[in-house]
Amino acid sequence: MPPAIQAENLVKTFGDVRALDGVSLDVPEGTVLGLLGPNGAGKTTTVKVLTTLLRPDSGRATVAGVDVLKHPNQVRSLIGLSGQYAAVDEYLTGRENLQMVGELYQMSARDAKARALELLEWFSLTEAADRTAKTYSGGMRRRLDLAAALVVRPPVMFLDEPTTGLDPRNRLALWEVIETLVEQGTTLLLTTQYLEEADRLAHDIAVVDHGKVIARGTADQLKAQIGGERVAVVVHEAELIATAVEALKSYAVGEPSVEKNTRRITMPVSGGAKVLADVIRELDSRDIEIDDIGLRRPTLDDVFLSLTGHATLAENGESGEEA
Amino acid sequence: MTVNTATEHAIGGAVPRQRRGLAAMMHDSWVVARRNLRRMSRIPEIVVFGLMQPVMFVLLFSYVMGGAIRIPGAGSSSSIYIQFLMAGIFAQTVTFAVAGASAGIAEDMTKGLVDRFRSLPMTRSAVLVGRTLADLCQTAFTLLVLALVAFAVGWRIHKGVAEALAAFALLLLLGYAFSWIGALIGLSVRSPEAATSAGLIWLFPLTFISNAFVPVSSMPGWLQPIAYWNPFSATVQACRDLFGNQIGPVADAWPMQHAIGVSIVSSLLVMAVFSWLSVRKYRSAVG
Repeated sequence: MPPAIQAENLVKTFGDVRALDGVSLDVPEGTVLGLLGPNGAGKTTTVKVLTTLLRPDSGRATVAGVDVLKHPNQVRSLIGLSGQYAAVDEYLTGRENLQMVGELYQMSARDAKARALELLEWFSLTEAADRTAKTYSGGMRRRLDLAAALVVRPPVMFLDEPTTGLDPRNRLALWEVIETLVEQGTTLLLTTQYLEEADRLAHDIAVVDHGKVIARGTADQLKAQIGGERVAVVVHEAELIATAVEALKSYAVGEPSVEKNTRRITMPVSGGAKVLADVIRELDSRDIEIDDIGLRRPTLDDVFLSLTGHATLAENGESGEEA
Repeated sequence: MTVNTATEHAIGGAVPRQRRGLAAMMHDSWVVARRNLRRMSRIPEIVVFGLMQPVMFVLLFSYVMGGAIRIPGAGSSSSIYIQFLMAGIFAQTVTFAVAGASAGIAEDMTKGLVDRFRSLPMTRSAVLVGRTLADLCQTAFTLLVLALVAFAVGWRIHKGVAEALAAFALLLLLGYAFSWIGALIGLSVRSPEAATSAGLIWLFPLTFISNAFVPVSSMPGWLQPIAYWNPFSATVQACRDLFGNQIGPVADAWPMQHAIGVSIVSSLLVMAVFSWLSVRKYRSAVG
């Protein structure tokens, strides 16, 4: 079966900026690909090309087997797009927004109406259905925007930073909706700056930076790629650090690192929980008092940092909840 | 909040019906026009402020300046000037449709709505056609209220109802053509604020260097041909003729003698050029 989304060597330049510098990706049907990268990496540009909003300078792409460049209108009836700013008309009510989108998907007025009701119900917007979207909270607007992308139950969905600027509660609620969609067979391309989000939702992750896919794999594969787990120990007093390092050396597979002011010793290990238990026994037998100890697996943050040399959000800050 | 658990909300729903060509264009344009009309009804201040400016002009021009402006063949008095003035005010008012279209489309661009529309399987031009049609309705409403105000302060039509309706038709055609200029401006600038001023600023010289407010014969000689050949003047002259508000002989200049034809042709020309440019721009717009 051909992938539900396939892109080959997409290039797009804006003036001197190569926004896409040969992006290739494929998303098998029924799976979720997380496109992970900082602002300006090319995530949104990739989505715009795949959703027919932008023509690439070169390269080709298909969605649900349909050529994006040759048959854009056919692609449009197979996709749902939800963006990072909630693209709803704030002077229309929730119901009117969804009905309008349905009618523009060429549904009959009656079908559009019925579908709007269903979606309002599903997204807990029934009570707010006849209020203008202007009165909605940020989270409600985002739900309405996502609902608008679901009007025709599209087989392929594109979510461009769906939870940017949302509070944790609303973020979790949207994640649950997205998981439901995927369970029901929707293929999803999701862009995000949040590693946690990609980790939770995506089967596969493509890390994008400077218009290129610089790494591809499952979250676990990517984590494995930058090395294994670490044991972190916080000793009770600074005087204990030297003895502790001495005691731990034989368990480490690399050089332990010490942060003096926090009294934290971190060292790469292999063997997981068993090593942790051994380390605890060793420290105990030497009467080294500890405040904290733990096994730490690399996060996608570590992956991102080691792949790109910069953190995801550090330079750009985070866009807040929009008005 | 909680999101209700869902059954069968995802793929495999109703098959959208297929409309093609003109039917699809008309359907989609109507959906967008209805949306814009709903917006207007919920932001009445836009309609109200759109009315205040021309109403103020009617009152200020007729009472403050009317006595000082001499109409050839009639002398100067505010009760005569209001007859002369109204065609000009009507025509200027319809051109302000530019600002509505440009600000509205610029806002849709910045709010991401244009991207939503462009991702839907709808007719490309419908977003713009729907917008300009809604503006046309607003223009018609504004003209109606303005005519009532003018009637209250002494403006009268002196020919038949058919002629008066023809004059309003010319005005609406001009307004519709100009809203396409607004559409292009809205697609070209980056913010609704810029769109509003870019939409309005050039309208002042266009509408003042014309026969709208004063007789062209009172202008300096070098300016007169510009005012006569200003296509905006043709619509003003045509309306003045059709309302029976022409006082004394019509100016000799060719466009004034053929005002109705010049008005129709120039409006159609503006509409053709700017709708083509706007739709082209819309297709390639990078939001």
